[in-house]
Amino acid sequence: MGKAKPAGARRQAPKAPAKTSPNPFEVKVNRQKFQILGRKTRHDVGLPGVSRARAIRKRTQTLLKEYKERDKSNVFKDRRFGEYDHSLSPEEKMTARFALEQQRHHEKKSIYNLNEDEELTHYGQSLADIEKHSDIVDSDSDTDGPGALSAELTTAHFGGGGGLLQQKTTPQEEGGKPKSRKELIEELIAKSKQEKRERQAQREDALELTEKLDQDWKEIQTLLSHKAPKSGNREEEKPKPDAYDMVVRELGFEMKAKPSNRMKTEVELAKEEQERLRKLEAERLRRMLGKDEDAERKTPKHLSVDDLNDGFILDRDDRRLLSYKDGKMNVEEGVEEERSKGAGSQESQEEEEDGEEVDGADSHSDLDSSAESVAGGTEPAEGQCPAPGGGPKGDTGKACKASSSELPYTFEVPESREELKSLLSGRSAEEQLLVVERIQKCNHPSLAVGNKAKLEKLFGFLLEYVGDLATSDPPDLNVIDKLVVPLYHLCQMFPQSASSSVKFVLRDAMHDMEEMIETKGRATFPGLDVLIYLKIAGLLFPTSDFWHPVVTPALLCMSQILTKCPVLSLQDVVKGLFVCCLFLDFVSLSRRLIPELMNFLLGVLYIAAPNKQGYGSTVVHPFRARGKNSELLLVSDREDTATWQRGSLSLRWASGRSVPTTAEANHIRLSCLAVALALLRHCVTMYSALPSFHTVVRPLRALLAEHQAERSHPPELQELSQNILSDLESQKQLYRPLICEKSKPVPLKLFTPRLVKVLEFGRKQGGSSKEEQERKRLIHKHKREFKGAVREIRRDNQFLARMQLSETMERDAERKQKVKQLFHSLATQEGEWKALKRKKFKK
Amino acid sequence: MEREPSPEGSRRALGRLLQAVLASRSEANAVFDILAVLQAEDPEEIQEAIHTCSRLFGALLERGELFVGQLPPENTVLAGSHGAMRKYKIWMRHRYHSCCSHLGELLAHPTFKVKELALKTLMKFVQLEGVHPLEKPKWEGQYLFPRTLFKIVVGSLLSPEQDHSLLLSQFREYLEFDDIRYHAMQAASDAVAQVTSQHPEVSLAFWNNAFTLLSAVSLPCQELDATNFYVKHSEPSDVWKVTHLKEHRKTFQAMWLGFLKHKLPLSLYKKVLVTMHDTILPHLAQPTLMIDFLTSACDVGGAISLLALNGLFILIHQHNLEYPDFYQKLYSLLDPSIFHVKYRARFFHLADLFLSSSHLPAYLVAAFAKRLSRLALTAPPEALLMVLPFICNLLRRHPACRVLVHRPGGAELDADPYDPEEADPAKSRALESCLWELQTLQQHYHPEVSRAASVINQALSVPEVSIAPLLELTAYEMFERELRKQPPETVPLEFIPAQGLLGRREDTCAQLFTLS
Repeated sequence: MGKAKPAGARRQAPKAPAKTSPNPFEVKVNRQKFQILGRKTRHDVGLPGVSRARAIRKRTQTLLKEYKERDKSNVFKDRRFGEYDHSLSPEEKMTARFALEQQRHHEKKSIYNLNEDEELTHYGQSLADIEKHSDIVDSDSDTDGPGALSAELTTAHFGGGGGLLQQKTTPQEEGGKPKSRKELIEELIAKSKQEKRERQAQREDALELTEKLDQDWKEIQTLLSHKAPKSGNREEEKPKPDAYDMVVRELGFEMKAKPSNRMKTEVELAKEEQERLRKLEAERLRRMLGKDEDAERKTPKHLSVDDLNDGFILDRDDRRLLSYKDGKMNVEEGVEEERSKGAGSQESQEEEEDGEEVDGADSHSDLDSSAESVAGGTEPAEGQCPAPGGGPKGDTGKACKASSSELPYTFEVPESREELKSLLSGRSAEEQLLVVERIQKCNHPSLAVGNKAKLEKLFGFLLEYVGDLATSDPPDLNVIDKLVVPLYHLCQMFPQSASSSVKFVLRDAMHDMEEMIETKGRATFPGLDVLIYLKIAGLLFPTSDFWHPVVTPALLCMSQILTKCPVLSLQDVVKGLFVCCLFLDFVSLSRRLIPELMNFLLGVLYIAAPNKQGYGSTVVHPFRARGKNSELLLVSDREDTATWQRGSLSLRWASGRSVPTTAEANHIRLSCLAVALALLRHCVTMYSALPSFHTVVRPLRALLAEHQAERSHPPELQELSQNILSDLESQKQLYRPLICEKSKPVPLKLFTPRLVKVLEFGRKQGGSSKEEQERKRLIHKHKREFKGAVREIRRDNQFLARMQLSETMERDAERKQKVKQLFHSLATQEGEWKALKRKKFKK
Repeated sequence: MEREPSPEGSRRALGRLLQAVLASRSEANAVFDILAVLQAEDPEEIQEAIHTCSRLFGALLERGELFVGQLPPENTVLAGSHGAMRKYKIWMRHRYHSCCSHLGELLAHPTFKVKELALKTLMKFVQLEGVHPLEKPKWEGQYLFPRTLFKIVVGSLLSPEQDHSLLLSQFREYLEFDDIRYHAMQAASDAVAQVTSQHPEVSLAFWNNAFTLLSAVSLPCQELDATNFYVKHSEPSDVWKVTHLKEHRKTFQAMWLGFLKHKLPLSLYKKVLVTMHDTILPHLAQPTLMIDFLTSACDVGGAISLLALNGLFILIHQHNLEYPDFYQKLYSLLDPSIFHVKYRARFFHLADLFLSSSHLPAYLVAAFAKRLSRLALTAPPEALLMVLPFICNLLRRHPACRVLVHRPGGAELDADPYDPEEADPAKSRALESCLWELQTLQQHYHPEVSRAASVINQALSVPEVSIAPLLELTAYEMFERELRKQPPETVPLEFIPAQGLLGRREDTCAQLFTLS
């Protein structure tokens, strides 16, 4: 019981009763063997009798009561007015009760009793009122000002009768001695002084609060963009809108020239850009090496609780600084911005109009230069992600000029893929690009709440649309080429949703391939759309990261394509080489090894080699050493080698609906070989630093030498392969024996005592970290509490048992007594009867 | 008999004929009409006819109205002076025989329902004939089984022309019975011997049928009990061969050896080897007899050798087989295709078993480790994730091989001393080399592979890594696992803005490919 009390109370507890009852027989002293410095002694002296009595008292008040009422179901309900209402003070309670009582008395007992509602008055005032409110002091009297003196003051200063004074004070001081007059006056003076001081403090407080409020308001005011004061003014001025006033106000709102930071020079701008790129590059390198990110992760930016997380960041000053662009004052855009911002906070109908206006203006800026518009479109995203340098320049802008005259300016975000398709199909590449850009701009997340989700979906639809374009016949690759730019910008705005939709299309592709492998045992090369998706994934996300949620699955997907799909046609070779090229692009910065790529190139060289005895064993899976496809890249006609021109390989052949003629096919073959050799060259330069470089390239080298020996290729290719061979020759490598990193030696077990620094006496030192200490402390506390609770319960039970025992004893005693009484009466009866009998007998 | 066009009509007609034949012997000639319908065109009619035959001869068998004993030829009997009853019985028995041969032919019918029904009917006849034997027992308690009839069934199931896999799966139900299984095994080995002796070139369909039937036979592990017979005998005896598991095993062995001694098609080879270790080898009376087959399979090379390993291992491990140069053979099996074949998991499981012995010489283990790491340079990521821990496990088991990853004070070399062309692991000089390949793989594009290869940078931890869960890993699973990984709250983005599909002018893609 005593333990529940706070420590301070506990320390005092033994003292206070010890003072009152210094009975030495009640005090129990816990003798200490040794005096220890610094130890706090809490339980050296105790009063067992007192504490036991207290415990028993408490139990009789609570436990015993409960026990006695255990079989009783009736409940006592207290209906007294305001009995359990803590907000009422006892006096108020009493008065209210009294009033109620009075009311009850005054209720008309019968309608015939006329005297009932007659009120007794004194000088026109109801006696009851006087009785009730005589003590209430007018609360306003204090604040009336210095002119009016309070009643108490007057009575004290100018002699209210002593009797009156006496009367007034008696109820306040119950039982105390009546104060002398001097004391009373002193009290009064002190009271008034205090009141004055309080009033002053209050005034100061109010002043301070007002100031603070003003300041806050100023802060918010900038955010509210003059809306509130405008409306306030409007109310006042509504009756007379004066022309002069209007002019003045207009002038007030006009853009004023304000000093801004000076314009940066070209050099500075370039430097800044360089700095930014350097920072991003450093970040990329860190991810490439796969270092632990958590260690270096920056603290997240501050997010306001009101942030809608829609990419709309309001950390700039609303008012535009005067700025110049291309030598012209940049006024229009600023005003526009302001207007659109204003539109956001105005009523909905106004918003619509304004929105359209903004769109119109935006499209004007489109016409001016598309670079600017792209920059404007991505501006709000700047805070979240690295800003893009700039969109496509000049040439597209000019093209827009002609086409935009027919296009509507506003577009709804399409809700489905079909909608987007119907919106875009039948237009030229530039128009499609413009449409997508306008959709983006009209539905910028800062303009309305739902726009974010809509635009997020737009990314997925666009991606699917791109896939549709790639699978169509002939594939509309130029449009895709244009659409990559808006895809990139959307991705910069919504990285999460973009990554999940790219992952989704990749998963689809992998799933199809896996199904085919399961049913047929092998897969065919996927369509052009999958290749395009892979390429887009590489464009949108950094490919050099050690692990990346999108790029790593994409790499796996490419590896699957290169290992599981047998090459059956020329078209497959083109696709395979494109995937190889992508693969190489992905790792061009991180210089990682791709076994599949080497295998595939080896296979391509093998199927192009005219004389290939003895190399079959080195060819790896998707290619066969023998079979009908093992001579796929052999040029069938010697004359075609002469007419072949080296150039890039067209992706058109990958879609492969158009059947090439024999001469064309031969040209494609040679182009494929050229691409393979070029890729090989890249590999050689990239992997030359690997420890087992020569082992990796050994089979390739043998095949290349074979190619070289045959001399059937055009001179350009021969030169290329000669170059590669000489590169390979020149790479000399030393094999350095491997050595494990030295691990920390495990220390021997020692028997010297462990020395621990004692920081604080009386505290347990165990536990290294703060959490562990806290945990130990909690465990200890829990143990103690548990023990205490068990003890309490045990004592409760003992107490109850004692009570029950005493109850039964009492009952037994009563019964015994009754029985005794009965026996007694019986015995007397018997005695009397016997005596009577004896009497008779004697007679 | 009048032909009625509708199946309903034909059924009624057949019903009438059946009634007539069963009611009085004078109407016996109606059997010819019924048998004629068996050769009809319409599958529905044929089915009706089969039903009728089944009922007719079933009733006759039960009544004992068929001749019992050695059957004399039909003409002699009809001309001879036997009693009318005997003549009738012999005549009816002849009809029964022709019915059975017709049904046997029907097993090759194009319609599956007809085939199925014919098989069912034949098996019903087998059962009835077993209970009411058509030959006289030579001594008391002789075991009688309708062997000739059953041979017709099995022989037509193993037809060289048609693939009967569906029908064989129906037949599989009957193989649950001990007696049917025993006789099926006998009949199958006879059929295989007969077909191969008759034709020099045996069709693929026959081999497939035979294999399906043979692999459907699964012997029980405990001693048989006589109750599980298809033909119920009133007093089964212990003397009968068919009641002993030993005899079953002997027949089983004879069947498989007879089958495997022929030159099988390659695909079948694989199928046999795949099931060899758990369905064939444990049930043979003398498993060592398989050694010839297995060693020749092991010498074929490629996937077949891989599969033969399993059987060989069981023989070596449980039956004390001495097999010289086993490890050399295993070593020669390691070539680049090993990571791409279907049986990769099985092979590495076995290789793990073979190399788990701690008594292997260090040079051998080192050669294996070096060879595997060489091959790892061409492996796809899912195989790498398995083979890298495999190599590390080898190094853990054999501390003498740790020089491969830790050679302090070694001199710098101009070339790798390891000779990949050498077939003998002892001469490959693997112990003088180091696993530079693993160091190379630390640069692998897949993060997990890179991490797995980086294990050798530190001193290897003592407990081995279990490769069992990695054996069956596929690229698709890896892909799914990647996708399921918790993405970071901010997805890193490319900071160089995209300009077109192929990227900037100086990118490899833009140099090598064009869009138009």
